[in-house]
Amino acid sequence: MMIKPHRGQPLWIAFLLHRISGLGLAIFLPFHFYLLGLALEQSETMDGLLRWSDYPLVKFAEFGLVFLLAVHMFGGLRLLALEFLPWNDRQKTLAAAAVALSFLLALGFLMRAV
Amino acid sequence: MQEPTDSLEISVWRGDATGGGHIIYQVPRQPSQTILDVVTWIQREQDPQLAYRFSCRVGMCGSCAMMVNGIPRWTCRTHVQKVVQDNQLTIEPLRNLPVIKDLVCDMSEFFTKWKAAGGQFMPRKTRQDPVEPLLPDSPKRAAANAAIECINCAICYAACDVVTWNPGYLGPAALNRAWSLLNDERDSGQQARLEAIASDAGCHNCHSHANCTTYCPNELNPSASIAGLKRLAARAVFTGNL
Repeated sequence: MMIKPHRGQPLWIAFLLHRISGLGLAIFLPFHFYLLGLALEQSETMDGLLRWSDYPLVKFAEFGLVFLLAVHMFGGLRLLALEFLPWNDRQKTLAAAAVALSFLLALGFLMRAV
Repeated sequence: MQEPTDSLEISVWRGDATGGGHIIYQVPRQPSQTILDVVTWIQREQDPQLAYRFSCRVGMCGSCAMMVNGIPRWTCRTHVQKVVQDNQLTIEPLRNLPVIKDLVCDMSEFFTKWKAAGGQFMPRKTRQDPVEPLLPDSPKRAAANAAIECINCAICYAACDVVTWNPGYLGPAALNRAWSLLNDERDSGQQARLEAIASDAGCHNCHSHANCTTYCPNELNPSASIAGLKRLAARAVFTGNL
């Protein structure tokens, strides 16, 4: 079994999502900065690469990126609140709200993109 | 209600510190049967060499914790009916602790860490002094009381993945105890305790998985205690106390 039984509870899944989204963003950011860097000296190459975003598959990948970014930000805000504000018993609700909000945000991006 | 004639297939981990494996036992099912009843039946009726640990049988002593279907539980108060799947159960020794034999773990490191986190009460007064008044409704006393009913069963310690990944980590039970004492206004050992919980082995290792809170049989909240410790440590850094 990939997830051991004792890990099958919402806040452990929230941890896993936070870790995976963080790793995903860490892998994405160097490419993102490289692309931005092209604007300085190779703007035509950059324009060529940006045209990729017209493909539906790339739009969907961008939806995934926005979701990762949002879920890492909202999940991180939940953890900061957990550690620095008085304890709140509704941690599972807050974690679920972070995921729901991120999904809505990413969906809104996708709707605008298509 | 199950008929007593039904049979349970129980997979029990047998072995010692050098290794071991699972052995299957057929155990008759009884009404209101607990996991501890099952283990006791195996030892009395099928295999007297099976080693396990228990004492009070009513959820007070914290001796009988084991892994049941991969989840740490107090076996004396876990009914078979609640956890059985297809008439099968897997019973193993607690995670994160060295095995002595079969279902018995060596709890030494668990209690060593409890002490290392400053788990001992250090009174400010002697028995010659008048009894210190305690206001049960004060925020500090309420925080101390909320964390105080720990029975040291080590279920939170076995459930904690940070202990698995970093064996030096003090763990949820020790930090929960430290939080209770840090809120006890009668205690005189707060500075040493603060330094212990803010050390490399301390509260900042916690990833807030909340496995400890999820599986604590006494429904304590070590996650909240550890979060409280993080706040205390942060405040101590800014006020020059750490």
